[in-house]
Amino acid sequence: MEDAAPVIYGLEFQARALTPQTAETDAIRFLVGTQSLKYDNQIHIIDFDDENNIINKNVLIHQVGEIWHISASPADKGVLATCYNKTLDSKVMTCAAVWRMPKELESGSHESPDDSSSNTQTLELLCHLDNTAHGNMACVIWEPMGDGKKLISLADNHLLLWDLQESSSNAVLSNSALLEGKGQLKFTSGRWSPHHNCTQVATANDTAIRGWDTRSMRQIYYIENAHGQLVRDLDFNPNKQYYLASCGDDCKVKFWDTRNVTEPVKTLEEHSHWVWNVRYNHSHDQLVLSGSSDSRIILSNMVSISSEPFGHLVDDDELSDQEDHHQEKTKEPLQDSIIATYEEHEDSVYAVEWSSADPWLFASLSYDGRLVINRVPRALKYHILL
Amino acid sequence: MSAAQGGPLPGPAEGGSEPPGGKRRPHGMLKLYYGLPDPAGEARGGLAPGEDFGGPTDINGAHFDPEVFLTKLRKECSLAQLMDCETDMVKQIRSLDSDMQTLVYENYNKFISATDTIRKMKNDFKKMEDEMDCLAANMAVITEFSARISSTLQDQHEQITKLSGVHTLLRKLQFLFELPARLTKCVELEAYGQAVRYYSKARSILHQYQHMPSFQGIQDDCQKIMANLAQKLREKFRDGGSGAKDLAECVELLLQLDEPAEELCDEFLSHARCRLEAELETLETELGQPGGAPINDILEFIDRGCNIFVSNMCLVIASYQELFVSREDKVQDITRMAQDKLVAFVNCLMETYFSLVERRIQLEKGVGDNSLLVRALDRFHRRLQALAKLLPASNVAAEGTEIVVRATKERIRQYLLALQNFYQDCLTDVRQSLAAPRLAGKESPNLAELLGNMSASVLNQIKSVLAYVHLFTAKDITFSNKPYFKGEFCSQGVREGLIVGFIKSICQTARQFCETTGDKGGSTPPTLLLLLSRLCLDYETSTISYILTLTDEQFLVQDHTPITPVTSLCAEARETAQRLLNHYVKVQGLIISQMLRKSVETRDWVNTIEPRNVRAVMKRVVEDTTSIDVQVGLLYEEGIRKAQSSDSSKRTFSVYSSSRQQSRYAPSYTPSAPLDTNLLSNIQKLFSERIDIFSPVEFNKVSVLTGIIKISLKTFLECVRLRTFGRYGLQQIQVDCYYLQLYLWRFVCDENLVHFLLDEIVGSTAHRCLDPVPMEQSVIEVICERG
Repeated sequence: MEDAAPVIYGLEFQARALTPQTAETDAIRFLVGTQSLKYDNQIHIIDFDDENNIINKNVLIHQVGEIWHISASPADKGVLATCYNKTLDSKVMTCAAVWRMPKELESGSHESPDDSSSNTQTLELLCHLDNTAHGNMACVIWEPMGDGKKLISLADNHLLLWDLQESSSNAVLSNSALLEGKGQLKFTSGRWSPHHNCTQVATANDTAIRGWDTRSMRQIYYIENAHGQLVRDLDFNPNKQYYLASCGDDCKVKFWDTRNVTEPVKTLEEHSHWVWNVRYNHSHDQLVLSGSSDSRIILSNMVSISSEPFGHLVDDDELSDQEDHHQEKTKEPLQDSIIATYEEHEDSVYAVEWSSADPWLFASLSYDGRLVINRVPRALKYHILL
Repeated sequence: MSAAQGGPLPGPAEGGSEPPGGKRRPHGMLKLYYGLPDPAGEARGGLAPGEDFGGPTDINGAHFDPEVFLTKLRKECSLAQLMDCETDMVKQIRSLDSDMQTLVYENYNKFISATDTIRKMKNDFKKMEDEMDCLAANMAVITEFSARISSTLQDQHEQITKLSGVHTLLRKLQFLFELPARLTKCVELEAYGQAVRYYSKARSILHQYQHMPSFQGIQDDCQKIMANLAQKLREKFRDGGSGAKDLAECVELLLQLDEPAEELCDEFLSHARCRLEAELETLETELGQPGGAPINDILEFIDRGCNIFVSNMCLVIASYQELFVSREDKVQDITRMAQDKLVAFVNCLMETYFSLVERRIQLEKGVGDNSLLVRALDRFHRRLQALAKLLPASNVAAEGTEIVVRATKERIRQYLLALQNFYQDCLTDVRQSLAAPRLAGKESPNLAELLGNMSASVLNQIKSVLAYVHLFTAKDITFSNKPYFKGEFCSQGVREGLIVGFIKSICQTARQFCETTGDKGGSTPPTLLLLLSRLCLDYETSTISYILTLTDEQFLVQDHTPITPVTSLCAEARETAQRLLNHYVKVQGLIISQMLRKSVETRDWVNTIEPRNVRAVMKRVVEDTTSIDVQVGLLYEEGIRKAQSSDSSKRTFSVYSSSRQQSRYAPSYTPSAPLDTNLLSNIQKLFSERIDIFSPVEFNKVSVLTGIIKISLKTFLECVRLRTFGRYGLQQIQVDCYYLQLYLWRFVCDENLVHFLLDEIVGSTAHRCLDPVPMEQSVIEVICERG
């Protein structure tokens, strides 16, 4: 049961943006966006061959600027959105655009990585999300269950809802909300809830978390001082509709029940610096990943607040089988615990994502351009599955 | 044996009881001859074996037949035997003859004298007969006279007997008839005892003859009077004024009057109850209004309670026992009944009393001097012992002890509360004195002095509380030798409940500062965190063991219940100190971080002008760090530095800036080798240790400062990475970092750490720079020295 060693892939540039190819459910594929002020930025399409433990990459040129955020369409494998920095007349602006990758790369081509001819393909621009009136784009999020036609982008203190029309070639601002208050308010990140028919979005600004209804664009809940310092990231529990995880500069990961936001349901304080990323596993929501600028990734097992009950409910069939029943009894229910701390990174980890195809696999990206693909320990995997 | 079996006279053979005396031997033969049964002979029956006793062949038998005998002999015996038999027989005949002669000779004289005697007697009797005749005649005369006299006196005697009977009867009757009057008189004279005696004499008679109308009248009268009397007695009994002796007499009389004892007991008790309850009410009024202050102090209250209520209670018990319980003539049932009633009565009243006492004790809230309360409790307890001795069946003693124990526990609780309040007050004072000088604009308060004052006053308070509590175990206090006070009080009460509880609460209060203010930040002055951390550390190193040793010495713990060991308390204190210090570092780090973050986030780094100065915020950072250094230095030791470098910061920096720094980000400017940058920085990271930013610090100044600087610089780094810089932006950061380098190295344990982080900052800035042209090192130095 030796766990397979992590697979490490190095990018030439510094990088912050990572996303799984959300619409892909068979192959393990991640998209990484680089940050370079000097050179053409790239989007690396990382294919991971699980059986051979090999990484295949394809590189797309992203000429418009360095990538701060990347997100893949949940409906179309070839479509993705980026937030990028554009420098114009010594002014730096963060813009957002929707792109389509070349058709042959959508499902991954298993060419050898040395083949340099395929490395120079370019992205096809579908449309810009015009933000001249709204300020810098912090992130773009796709409607999780939809047909890939709805987007939300966070621009400074605006929450913008876009409709993609004419086969995504045109983005129309369908609705927006403005965050008002003292000082310069700025959204840092947001997530679109897969529950409630995709009508809820949660955003973070400074130390607060807010919930929004996308139909009315009104605030539905407000967690004041969710973290002692800046809130860096959010994620919705994919199976429990009211549960939300957040992380921030106070080194904590907190779990919230959005129906009662006075106190967090649970708090983890395992990192020794800011936590930049928190992600629920898509299938087994007790597995929670968090990545931090202490260069570590921590995989936690939050059984007590997961949708899976403690231990396993014994079926009647199993009861009749004495042997099975005996086995069932010897299995202890797992406690909330830290399963593993991954220390393959040398620099701050700004992004960590589960694979959309394999629930036991995840990728993490540190600032120095190192992408690490790791797996959930096999012992735990079997414990959850069996 | 065989003879008995064959013999026709079984009687002698069976009933022979005469011992075979030798004197009778000579007569054996004769007896046999005369046919008298002779057991001796039978014993000798073996002499003639096979002989037929009493049969015709028995030569000694009465039915001896010589013919048969001879025939038998001839038939059965041989010649020799016959010869032997013949000789034997001749021998026997001869001896018999000589026996006969001896007998005759021996008794001859006796026969003669007997004959003489008989003749003399004949003469004497004749004379006597005459005299007897004479006597008989005289007696007859006397008898005749006597009969005549008796017959004449007969009537009179009968009359006298009758008269005397009548007389007695009459006297009795007279007594009876006079009884009502006498009784009335007795009642009038209040000679109740006499009356009862009279009545009890007459009662049975009256009862016997009650069918006769006259007697019935008397009886009725008497009963009326006696009922009246009983009534009077009861009134007297009820009337409180009569003394104990009178009361006893009353009860005695009433009991003689067959009044039911139970009723009397009840009455007696209810009467006593009235008085005692009245006393209790007076006591209750002394409690004062609910919520108001009691009228007098507790000792006085208990004193009154003891002197009035408890002593009266004792009196009641004593007299009751004398009256109803301890009388010899009482039936067992009544005694038991009376005893039970008394116990119930006492328990009931004492319960009320106890509740009053408890209420009073509860009013005792002042936590100063304890001696009054202890003395009061002692008196209370002592008096109860006396009462309990009188009435062992009641549970007053146990309950009294229980109350004392409860009061003591409550007292300990109050002391704990008082200590906690005192500690809180101390904290408030410290906070105020921390805040006050800042307003006045003076130097920061002397932390060491504050800490010293605080810990000394807390320690003093603990000592004085220990002294107060110690009074409970003084030798002259009656309850101090109760098992509770010997064991549980010392270990669970004082040691665990008071001292350990207080120390734990100190730690807990301190920990609360870490938790509540963690998110909001700033509501607790960081200095207080530092101070408390030092306080807890001091507790860990010495104070806890000192206090506990003191406690253990004063309260010799004989109890074996588990107690919190010193080590675990120390561990708790240490953990608290650690958390406080970590929190302090976090808070201070956060304050500096915020400054740096604001300074990075709010500036337009692309369009900034060429740096001429170190930014003010950096100066501020250095100033703040210095003041923190001073602050921590007041309370914590210096600590150890790793690889202490020479104090020339310039030399260190020149290495850092020229060779390392240049080699680090110079290649990254050349477009040909973008990989090298990462490679180089990665290789460098391989050899440097991973830095945990928010990691626990050690208890020394250097470690604390290192923690704060780490947090600040890491924030700086992360903020820089989120921005884009122009050429002058990069140069400004270079200047700032050099400035920090100049001043921060002296605070940290390992200056390479500062170098490394500053390198990272400058390196990252260069990466984030649109036009990375670094500033000349010499220019940087000039700017910094000027600033």
